[in-house]
Amino acid sequence: MTTAAQDEAKPSHSEARHHWIVRVTHWVNALALLVMIGSGLRIFNAYPRFAVKGETFCCYPWEGTPIPAWLTFGGWLGGARNWHFAMMWVLFLNGLVYLGFVYLHGEWRDLVPRRGDLRDTWEMIKFYLFARPDHPRQGKHNALQKGTYFVLPYLGAAAVISGVAIWKPVQLAWLTALFGGYAWARYWHFMIMMALVVLSVVHVVMVFAVDPYSLRSMTTGGYNPETSPEARNARPFWWRRPSLPSVPEQTP
Amino acid sequence: MKRRDFFGGLAAAAGTGLITACNSDGPRGAMGLVKAVGRGNERLERALFSFGHRDKVARGAKITGDAFPRYWISPEVPVWDESLRGVWHLDVVGAVRKPVRLTLDDLSKLPRFSQTVNHYCVEGWTARAQFSGVRMSDLAKLVEPTNDAGYVDFQSFDKSYHESWDIDSAIHPQTLIAYATDGRYLNTVQGAPARVHSPVKLGYKNTKYLTRIVFMPTRNGGYWSDLGYEWYGGV
Repeated sequence: MTTAAQDEAKPSHSEARHHWIVRVTHWVNALALLVMIGSGLRIFNAYPRFAVKGETFCCYPWEGTPIPAWLTFGGWLGGARNWHFAMMWVLFLNGLVYLGFVYLHGEWRDLVPRRGDLRDTWEMIKFYLFARPDHPRQGKHNALQKGTYFVLPYLGAAAVISGVAIWKPVQLAWLTALFGGYAWARYWHFMIMMALVVLSVVHVVMVFAVDPYSLRSMTTGGYNPETSPEARNARPFWWRRPSLPSVPEQTP
Repeated sequence: MKRRDFFGGLAAAAGTGLITACNSDGPRGAMGLVKAVGRGNERLERALFSFGHRDKVARGAKITGDAFPRYWISPEVPVWDESLRGVWHLDVVGAVRKPVRLTLDDLSKLPRFSQTVNHYCVEGWTARAQFSGVRMSDLAKLVEPTNDAGYVDFQSFDKSYHESWDIDSAIHPQTLIAYATDGRYLNTVQGAPARVHSPVKLGYKNTKYLTRIVFMPTRNGGYWSDLGYEWYGGV
């Protein structure tokens, strides 16, 4: 039998933060997404425009400009297509496992928007911009994270559905028509990918800038609440705050 | 090791891995798996296929016309030279009960269908194409394929360019043996005297400069299919 005093005596306790299914699907998703984006950009480079042949396209300012080759994957159009059409199943099935798990296991409650989330988001922005001194109180995630992790599955689903619309524009013509036809479906597929890229890049930057401890919790699952961003009052690059000038330490 | 160094090292390792992967074909060992999934995709695509699913172009949409890309694999545009090879003809042969040899005149006298459909290129562009010709399903009725004829190979006089199809896609009502566009016979850059055109297959499956249509019990690959694009290439 443990007492409250014994609990307090533990130096720094570790609690399980992410279920192993969440951790595995997170890293599988990271790899699948990288391959899908790289091979997708290689496919895009075979015709780096959205216009129907002989016509112009209203809504993309870089028509005709290929993506730098170092951002692409697959080597050539055929190789990239083979990878894209294989990895799409990993992305899709992995996404289903994740969504099925968060639904059945209740984790969706940490992510679903609630009254006050908008205000909390504004408070987080104020904190990051030094407009408020203390980290807003939060649950498992701060309001910015929560919104991002809530939106990501929808973007993922939209990427898959728009991708199917490009893949089968004749056999599934009704789906392609929902996106405004083949050229527009291709455009939406690209734009959804861009949104995923922006959110993912911000996500990775924030992991290193605000909460590198989350790398541990997303890998082994272990997490020490004493190192949470809230406990550390951590803004981006908090570890870059100026260090003290070295003077002899005085003891009072 | 300081925690900061550890995270820096981790980021550097991940970055190096990514840069090595960039612009590469991907790990060789995974290719078998990638190809296997591709074969699974083909089964799904064949299950989705229906003769009733037609490609439609909005009424009044502009035909692509001269902006339609020109493409052949010979060094020069392939032209059928009558003085060397005699009058052009199309052989429809193979696993059939009644093989036929059709001249352009013969083709022109068969029931003619005209359609404006999308042309889907593997590269990602589309064009709106107007073609007139004979339905491949009508040619099949003419030659009476045997029961084991599950595939059709479309062969050309553009070097060794050919592509084989599953028979269902070949006899889809929008699959034409096209010999005319805009009320006139095809010109040489359009694949004259006759070419395959169908919206149910990607552009590279639509053989131009046709010489032979061979019904077969097994598939026969194709020019681009052998180079690495999907053999099925369905749209």
